[in-house]
Amino acid sequence: MLTPEEIQALYLSAKVALWATALCLPAGIALSWVMARYEFRGKLLLDVLIQLPMVLPPVVPGYLLLLLLGTQGPVGAWLLAQFGIVIAFTWKGAVLASAVMAFPLMVQPVRLAFRMIDPRLEQAATTLGATPWRAFFTITIPLALPGIIAGSVLCFSRSLGEFGATMAFVGNIPGETRTLPLAIYSYTHVPGGESPAMRLVYLSVALAMVALFASHIISRRAERQLGYASDRSLR
Amino acid sequence: MKVDLTFKRGEFQLAAQVELNGGVTGICGPSGVGKSTFLALLAGLLRPNTGTLNFSGVDLIDTQRDIFVPAWKRHFGLVFQNGMLFPHLSVRDNLLYGFNRLNPNERHLDLKTVTALLEIEPLLQRRPDQLSGGERQRVALGRALLYSPRLLLLDEPLSSLDDRLKQQILPFLKRVKEETRIPMIYVTHAQAEVDYLADRVLKMEDGRLGE
Repeated sequence: MLTPEEIQALYLSAKVALWATALCLPAGIALSWVMARYEFRGKLLLDVLIQLPMVLPPVVPGYLLLLLLGTQGPVGAWLLAQFGIVIAFTWKGAVLASAVMAFPLMVQPVRLAFRMIDPRLEQAATTLGATPWRAFFTITIPLALPGIIAGSVLCFSRSLGEFGATMAFVGNIPGETRTLPLAIYSYTHVPGGESPAMRLVYLSVALAMVALFASHIISRRAERQLGYASDRSLR
Repeated sequence: MKVDLTFKRGEFQLAAQVELNGGVTGICGPSGVGKSTFLALLAGLLRPNTGTLNFSGVDLIDTQRDIFVPAWKRHFGLVFQNGMLFPHLSVRDNLLYGFNRLNPNERHLDLKTVTALLEIEPLLQRRPDQLSGGERQRVALGRALLYSPRLLLLDEPLSSLDDRLKQQILPFLKRVKEETRIPMIYVTHAQAEVDYLADRVLKMEDGRLGE
């Protein structure tokens, strides 16, 4: 059985991961669409910036977020003065840190899914009276659904496991920013913490596996429903 | 319809100055001379560099006055080379994609009439990946017809089919011509197809359209 502290860490992790995924989803879809369909100056630079959190030490984006959004930082001070919003050292900051770190994992599969869709399908829709928005939501999004699901699950899973950036930006505050990985880290540094740390390790492994299995099952089902299994012309 | 358009993309140039009336106009020419580009310009999928396009007295394009009516407002049907059926929708939903967006008073044909005309009733519940090449093209044609287009553009609709299937589909196209009376522009590199279907044949060579 889990202790109240462990349940709190689990609940917080799920909340942070869900919000981070919700934050990444619209931005990831929009950016993936632009990257898949358009050529423009600075595209390579934008691509590098999107992928950067994957290769940087996680503490670096976390520290940069703190410099930018801390109450003394240019954006953080403005948010506090104008709206009374504090992001650093709150669960909202944990969401932002997770979203920044998980965003590249959302963009990769969604972008690939968009690239596999023949643009003439959207053109066909517009010649049948659909506006570009309608074509996007009735043709493009359903066809990209397996990639969108895969990206969302990867984003969620990465957010569940986020540690370095969260630690640097929002610290390790029980009940506010202490997610599963931070709780495990904390338990490993107190006497007698091995047993609860191990329980949370099992729980983390189980959650990640469930998320990945769910991703595969949902993606395969979506692919079957979209007729991808036997129609390779879109690949 | 009065067309006076120029289009340039890299080395490729297209110039079309022609007046088209009802019936079926065939546009014949070898691959790569700009036939599909011409249809895409008429459909509103590409913007010309200069020129005008007037259909039934309404300017759809006038580059000098910055007029460009987009594809979804032109009400022209376009049948693509390989059908371009939506793979996630059933044949029925493909057929009704444009039809459902029309006001009832704009619908000149119904599902029953079109499926009977093209003999595709047994296919309605199938997915596009369960259709043969000929069936796909008939469904694509039906989808465009159900949108009750003011003009039907056909972009090499038979080029991906073998000769046996072409012979099966050409009579359907003739039936569509005779029974719907929708003006059509039929683009192909096969002279025999336009000889069979078209009332008037234009030639396209090196991006230039002429009699």
